Amino acid sequence: MDALMEPLGFAFFLRAMLASVLVGVVCAVVGSYVVLKGLAFIGDAISHAAFPGIVAAFILGGSFYVGAGIAAVSTSVAITWVSRRGGLRLDTTIGVLFAGTFALGIFLYSTIEGYVGDLFHLLFGYVLGISPDDLVALTLLGGTVLLVVALLWKELLYSTFDPLAAAASGIPVARLEYVFIALVAVTIVVSLQAVGIVLVVAMLVTPAATAQLVTSRFSRMMLVAVLVGSGSAVAGLYLSFWFDVASGATIVLVQTALFAAALLLGPKSGLLLRRRTAPLDETAREGTASTTSMDSSERRLAP
Amino acid sequence: MSGVTPAADPHASQSPRLAPPPTDPTADPAIRLAGVTAGYGERVALESVDLEVATGELLAVVGPNGAGKSTLLKVMAGLLEPWRGEVETLGARPGRLAKRVAYVPQAEAVDWDFPVTVGDVVMMGRFPGLGRFRRPGPVDQRAVHDALGQVDMVKHRGTQIGRLSGGQRRRVFLARALAAEPDLFLMDEPVTAIDATTQEELMDLLESVASGGRTVIATTHDLACAAARFQTVLAINRRVITHGAASLILDPALLAQTYGGHLLTLGGQTVVLDDAHHHEESPGQVHYHEEAPRRR
Repeated sequence: MDALMEPLGFAFFLRAMLASVLVGVVCAVVGSYVVLKGLAFIGDAISHAAFPGIVAAFILGGSFYVGAGIAAVSTSVAITWVSRRGGLRLDTTIGVLFAGTFALGIFLYSTIEGYVGDLFHLLFGYVLGISPDDLVALTLLGGTVLLVVALLWKELLYSTFDPLAAAASGIPVARLEYVFIALVAVTIVVSLQAVGIVLVVAMLVTPAATAQLVTSRFSRMMLVAVLVGSGSAVAGLYLSFWFDVASGATIVLVQTALFAAALLLGPKSGLLLRRRTAPLDETAREGTASTTSMDSSERRLAP
Repeated sequence: MSGVTPAADPHASQSPRLAPPPTDPTADPAIRLAGVTAGYGERVALESVDLEVATGELLAVVGPNGAGKSTLLKVMAGLLEPWRGEVETLGARPGRLAKRVAYVPQAEAVDWDFPVTVGDVVMMGRFPGLGRFRRPGPVDQRAVHDALGQVDMVKHRGTQIGRLSGGQRRRVFLARALAAEPDLFLMDEPVTAIDATTQEELMDLLESVASGGRTVIATTHDLACAAARFQTVLAINRRVITHGAASLILDPALLAQTYGGHLLTLGGQTVVLDDAHHHEESPGQVHYHEEAPRRR
């Protein structure tokens, strides 16, 4: 018990705990849509794109959040805009912007004399260094993201599942796409201090992916993702405190371990247990069974 | 994998539907297209299409792959801005009255591993009518239940959609459209690759929808079904070949004109060689009316 209570006596640890749990929750909620929309790579690109914004903010003496936010949101909107115009594949666009913006960050960074100490923290996170002001900023930004998702959940769900039918029924699918990608950008900015640029994508994708392996309803998937995200934040932070290792990396490793467990033991993926795919209704499937299996195998082959 | 669709089916003679569409000259048409040309990038999919679809018409859109069947539905739904020409859907600009239109994409357009149940998908049909920020209430639950009842899927309400057969998936999509209580159904291949029983049941349902004064426009590869179960048929191959009574489509001259080299005559029966699983454009290539690509 002492081992659990003792660290909480430190204000920095308590702040780190609150921040990691908040990040875990916000990332899990937004990440559930990211996983279903297949936007994991975009999340990675946006987090790297925040780097030049952070460095610029440092050079100009501005706020970390403003610098990271402007860079992340503008890159995310640019990716969406370029991909919607067509002509280039989405992954190509992302690849170009991803490397380009990160290079700009390193370029700017190299112009700063005698400022090298914090690069590791920027890249890999330093949640134990979070100040009370940071915590307030994180709570406001994270709360805003959760509020927007709560208000738009049904439109986001419909346009994620079936964008054509949703658009035809009057849901502003194109505008929602921009709103959502901006939410991803803000979520990433919120998460940067906790896990750093390189590992943010894990916070966004791993809990939601784990949840998708064990649930078959969207609301439950989001709930399980939140539990995995916040639970691994708590566990990871304690582990990093006890063993004096990098906190962001430890949190991500706990998430990855949970994902592996779900993959091995989960009811759907069933690497260890046999997949339970009892046909629903033999009579209804009669005559269509071959069609169904062909349909699903075709879809898996399709890009 | 070539699907071989018999053009002359014994079904057709059992229930001939030779009656012309019940066009009420005083009623506004559900759809009006004038000189519509549309396509993707540089590729023309529809050319100079003039068309009027009467309110309450049960219309089958037929034609070979790449004929522009899906494109036509997308133009009507406001999902694709035509390069040229005028379109009126329910008397307004497409997309303007979107809540009164239910568009049902091809089954392959969605991810069936998506974590939603049958009930969840049908409830999505209620979302546009709810308005922003409102959550579904008892009225919507009731509507979902009724729609599932109509397609005989009530007992599968809690089932994850990936566990459904091909026919059950089409039933769920139709239920979602019904739950929206629209005036116009735009359905892409609603009865493709499903068993005969399901096809008959879904067509019975579409028939009753149309007889209730609502308009149904469905693309199909199944000419026997088009001739036997629909009221009217629109044969297209980028341009309109004909629009008239459904039985017209079995006319060999018209078939030849519509399908060109894809026709085969076997022992006095004409068959259409067509690949029902090939799509006119990849499902990933999605266009919305807010930012439709225009011809350069």
